[in-house]
Amino acid sequence: MTAVRAPYALAALVVALGALIDTRLALVLAGWLAAWGANAWIAQQGGPAARWLVPAIFGITLIAIWEAVVQLFNVPFVILPPPSAVADRIAASTDLLYADFMQTFVKGALSGYAMGVVAGFAVALVADRFDFLRRGLLPVGNMMAALPIVGTAPIFVMWFGSNWESKAAVVFTMVFFPVLVNTVQGLKEATAQQRDLMATYAASYGQTLWRLRLPAAMPFIFNGLKIGSTLALIGAIVAEFFGSPIVGMGFRISTSVGTLALDMVWAEIAIAALAGSLFYGAVALTERAVTFWHPSQRR
Amino acid sequence: MADAALGHAPRAGGAGTGLLRRALAGTTLPVLTVIAAILALWYAACIPMNIHGTVNMARAHGFEAVPASRGERRNMGAFELVALNPAAIPHVWSAEKPRLPAPHQVGAEIWRTVALTAPNDPRGLIYHAWVTLSATALGFLIGMGLGILLAIGIVHNRAMDLSVMPWAIASQTIPILAIAPMVIVVLASVGLTGLLPKALIAAYLSFFPVVVGMVKGLRSPDAMQLDLLRTYSASPMQVLLRLRLPASMPYLFTSLKIGAAASLVGTIVGELPTGGAGLGARLLAGSYFGQTIQIWSALFVAAFLAALLVGAIGAVQGATLRRMGMAAR
Repeated sequence: MTAVRAPYALAALVVALGALIDTRLALVLAGWLAAWGANAWIAQQGGPAARWLVPAIFGITLIAIWEAVVQLFNVPFVILPPPSAVADRIAASTDLLYADFMQTFVKGALSGYAMGVVAGFAVALVADRFDFLRRGLLPVGNMMAALPIVGTAPIFVMWFGSNWESKAAVVFTMVFFPVLVNTVQGLKEATAQQRDLMATYAASYGQTLWRLRLPAAMPFIFNGLKIGSTLALIGAIVAEFFGSPIVGMGFRISTSVGTLALDMVWAEIAIAALAGSLFYGAVALTERAVTFWHPSQRR
Repeated sequence: MADAALGHAPRAGGAGTGLLRRALAGTTLPVLTVIAAILALWYAACIPMNIHGTVNMARAHGFEAVPASRGERRNMGAFELVALNPAAIPHVWSAEKPRLPAPHQVGAEIWRTVALTAPNDPRGLIYHAWVTLSATALGFLIGMGLGILLAIGIVHNRAMDLSVMPWAIASQTIPILAIAPMVIVVLASVGLTGLLPKALIAAYLSFFPVVVGMVKGLRSPDAMQLDLLRTYSASPMQVLLRLRLPASMPYLFTSLKIGAAASLVGTIVGELPTGGAGLGARLLAGSYFGQTIQIWSALFVAAFLAALLVGAIGAVQGATLRRMGMAAR
């Protein structure tokens, strides 16, 4: 019995200590501990519902605590606006946010991503045909993939102007190397035995590639695609800090910081987070459909 | 082609061909070839990229620009202008503010600002590189420590696992880097400036890769190994110290490399609005004043820092895994 009650006693003690310092602190602590206790209880019950219910409660608690802390402690607006103000801002300026989204995500990030993926894939196919080239490109590509490529943004803005073309160029460079390296690695995946089998079928290079080696490479290729999908939006937004037309998520963030309109900044961040997660989710879903045979996809 | 050479070399014999064979079979020669090709492409690209600027300076270089009017030249394609002004070609690799500086110009600038400038001189790149590196290292250490602690918590507490893990994974798809400059400005408004704000961004960026990698690593011991420790009646602490932590080492180092690269990018982007010291500030200043050579040299020093960080972690990884008897590949 005492073992079960111990966490409750501890929680009560923490809240009491908080109350000694500040009643508002006690309120926040009590809310946090109640949500955490509920989560712990649900997690212990297990079941399929816990898998999404627990993280949902955790996320909602975080936002509620954020709101409560900002309201109760009168945190200055310029430091941390409450989530309700951010939601108001999103609702009030959907047109502006949509224009920024189209400029940065669709024109900058997506076009650069598509070009980077195609180019990385094409170069990987060429490198795969010539072993000498493969051995030379792989270490260089691995090295390049670890470098702070975002830093090339000022150069591309200088070359391609401040509109979306320069953002697409930055995204292209960021996406190209992960895709290249992963595709080259994936194309080595088919075993010698499998290749021999294709040879006994008198399969041509193209047939072996299409029926055996590309499917075998897919888990690796999708790894590159997923890495690239998170890099794409970052590249497009950061490149806008170096110069942009008067529309775009990066432009809005940097000008809103300048005027201390932090609700706008957080609104853009919320949109970026949503777009980034959806983009990644779309790539991950495609992966599940394409590589359904892979052990990591089996359930 | 390389395969053919490989096949014939052993039969030809001799020390010279043996050396050639080894060079062809390894990665040194291919890598050098690729780098040489990149440099050749770079030099070639300088010609069309810089031709307009060079022809505009034709008088100073001692030749006559072929379409004499500036406006006419501006509307011409780069290759057409090259064909009309072959005399300009030798000068495209030595322009003062080129659109694309030649590799040797960048090399000379790095040499001038690194070797010939005092380390504490703000005009030198060592000073800026050190500002960036110290913030990166501090943030990386904070992120690594917190990441490992959270991973240990997640492995031992089911409620924590269920609530934090989905958000830790989701947060990697969020372009947090984009708000780095805002965080710097906001922290500066409450009086927090200097090393710490940048380090916080670097810490945040290295935090989640470490958490995700470490959770995977701490869970890597299989049921049989865990059962064995249960038969020894080992406490959770002992299981952690003797089994889970050692087993997680390969995962830890892989995610540390990702985290180090991420925190360097975070620091550089975080330095954009500070305007003072650091490689990011140097990049922004270069882009404001059109100092392309300065941008490229800052970029190369940043690349060198990234290689240094990843290389250092790789060295520790090699030494650790060798001592633990795990094959260091």
